[in-house]
Amino acid sequence: MSEIDSNTMKYKLINMYQQNKAAIEEGLPDVVNRVRENAIRDFDRQGIPEKGSEAYKYTDLMRAFGKTYGYSFKAPKTDVDPETIFQCAVPDLDTYTILLENGWFYNKSGEQLNLPKGIIVRSFRDAATEFPELFEKHYNKYLESHKESIASFNTAFAQDGLFLHIPDGVVLEKPIQIINLLRGGNPLLVNQRNLIVVGKNSQAKVIVCDHTLSQQNFFANTVTEVFIDESAVFDYYSIQNQHNQSSQISSIFVNQMKNSNSLLNTLTLHGGFVRNNIHVKLAGEHAEANVYGLSLVDGKQHVDNFTFVDHAVANCNSNELYKNVLDDEATAAFNGRILVREDAQKTQAFQSNKNICLTQEAKMYTKPQLEIYADDVKCSHGATIGQIDEEALFYLKSRGIGGHEARMMLMHAFAYEVLSHIRVPVLMERYGDLVEKRLRGEFSKCEGCFVHCN
Amino acid sequence: MVMLKINNLKASVDGKEILKGINLEVKPGEVHAIMGPNGSGKSTLASVLAGNENFEVTEGEVSFFNKDLLVMAPEDRARAGLFLSFQYPIEIPGVSMVNFMKAAVNEKRKYNGQEPISAQDFLKMLRDKKKVVEMDDRLTSRSVNEGFSGGEKKKNEIFQMAMLEPKLSILDETDSGLDIDALRIVANGVNKLKTANTSTIVITHYQRLLDYIVPDVVHILYNGRIVKTGGKDLALELEEKGYDWIKEEVNV
Repeated sequence: MSEIDSNTMKYKLINMYQQNKAAIEEGLPDVVNRVRENAIRDFDRQGIPEKGSEAYKYTDLMRAFGKTYGYSFKAPKTDVDPETIFQCAVPDLDTYTILLENGWFYNKSGEQLNLPKGIIVRSFRDAATEFPELFEKHYNKYLESHKESIASFNTAFAQDGLFLHIPDGVVLEKPIQIINLLRGGNPLLVNQRNLIVVGKNSQAKVIVCDHTLSQQNFFANTVTEVFIDESAVFDYYSIQNQHNQSSQISSIFVNQMKNSNSLLNTLTLHGGFVRNNIHVKLAGEHAEANVYGLSLVDGKQHVDNFTFVDHAVANCNSNELYKNVLDDEATAAFNGRILVREDAQKTQAFQSNKNICLTQEAKMYTKPQLEIYADDVKCSHGATIGQIDEEALFYLKSRGIGGHEARMMLMHAFAYEVLSHIRVPVLMERYGDLVEKRLRGEFSKCEGCFVHCN
Repeated sequence: MVMLKINNLKASVDGKEILKGINLEVKPGEVHAIMGPNGSGKSTLASVLAGNENFEVTEGEVSFFNKDLLVMAPEDRARAGLFLSFQYPIEIPGVSMVNFMKAAVNEKRKYNGQEPISAQDFLKMLRDKKKVVEMDDRLTSRSVNEGFSGGEKKKNEIFQMAMLEPKLSILDETDSGLDIDALRIVANGVNKLKTANTSTIVITHYQRLLDYIVPDVVHILYNGRIVKTGGKDLALELEEKGYDWIKEEVNV
């Protein structure tokens, strides 16, 4: 039950913006500040989307917006070193690790990374001043046409987050791991803004882990813009594991140039309310986008994956696979929009959404949405909602593998199809472990972390 | 001593009676063949014994080592030593053969009060048992039956049988779709696994498999009942004359 209605909440937030404009803008250059007014007007015009509207057919945003939160316009005064309280020890996975706390870049983490020459990892706010050209060229450029009011809300409030730049021709072998921590003694609303620029013919892999370290109600509204230049290869693995009283809206806007290749993989384990907006624009020919997602949800969790793949030019490929396993009274939604524009001939776009509901009460909503304006294309989509395969279950039982264990194996197998596309072998194994533990209900946090974030 | 005793077993699927009163006794060390025309209930009998819940047992008793088999869960039947080689083995993408077999072996060990098998012993066991059916290394590193050819799937069934060392194996049309080389390998595998204490029920439509797995007793199942029982010659007679004479004999 929402404490307030969406209109009241909208005005409360706009009012908060107006009251704190000076604090929000402080320390940030014009390139970030000048787009705020437009953004807040856009947020005002569109409001918090109502449940039932085209893009939010099955998701009530008031589950996130309808609670009372505090807001901080300053970086948290970290009394302890977050690195000492949190070690997301991904075994055998050698990464460059970056921490963000409550949406703010944790400075210390950038210093000793020993990144290969030329690779830039900064706080969003420092980078905006330090790299004006990159910001002028890319900041807030890839969500303008999408008119997502929640992203506009973020643009108005954006103060910090991560900036990552891979220069042309650089191949980063080790993945960069970004750990987003939410912690504090009071409920908190966070707008985090990230910008990632992947240069021509470069390659990088990013692993993003979202965690909560205390029991408060958190609401993270994160916007990430990614520009992938010609012939670059970029992987983005997101592991969402916040506690089940938290809310998260995570929007990623990807813009791909000629011959580029992207892989986006979202693994949702815990989190009370999760909405992922995945927007990929294939803006240069022969670009390829691989968009995958897996959610394992139970209790009263709600997860909504909204994807939009925009085939703007000819000769591009996109592959999309989303799977959900729903237990208890969990609900989930998948919306897969594919737009093939008039000139995007020879497009190949494939989409698949498969779901297992383990109980009568679990509910899955799926909506493929293909809009094809070119005539020489190959597109397909399919969606299934079912239960565990009884034949396979009997086969396992007939070998002595009992009910619970057999079901576990089959669920793991169901999830495996998504994991099999991970392009970091060690990470694939790690995902396998995470999935298995989640399915068994054995963990509610990442291994190696001793903070019980429920 | 009787290993398996089936008494007046009746079973139906979707309200249609398929088994209309089966009586059968299998003693340790025996090989029984069950033959019969299509639709006579052969596979139903195999499914019911393995515990497939798509079939409803309406009457009769089955005891396995003097235990009431019909009240046991399918997994407990397997752990107690009953094995069904499926006519159509199921593909399970995402479950690796190795994990599958390790889980199965350990479930059986647990049931028998044994510790889980050590990794080393398990790998040795895998290697040894693969030889029984000349199974390709490549196959055990894949998902269960995924992308296996028909022959590979049947070999895989016998490989699983080798791993689980059942007391009673029911081979449901293991010969169907097998070329003669594969048939020989599969049959040799079954024979190698045979001991004086283990029994086999071979369900087949054709006599050919019985050239390799020689039965002690041959039963003819027709219209849900065992209508004739004899020695291995009965199979040859069937091969020669077809099933029509049986039908005529029964219908008279």
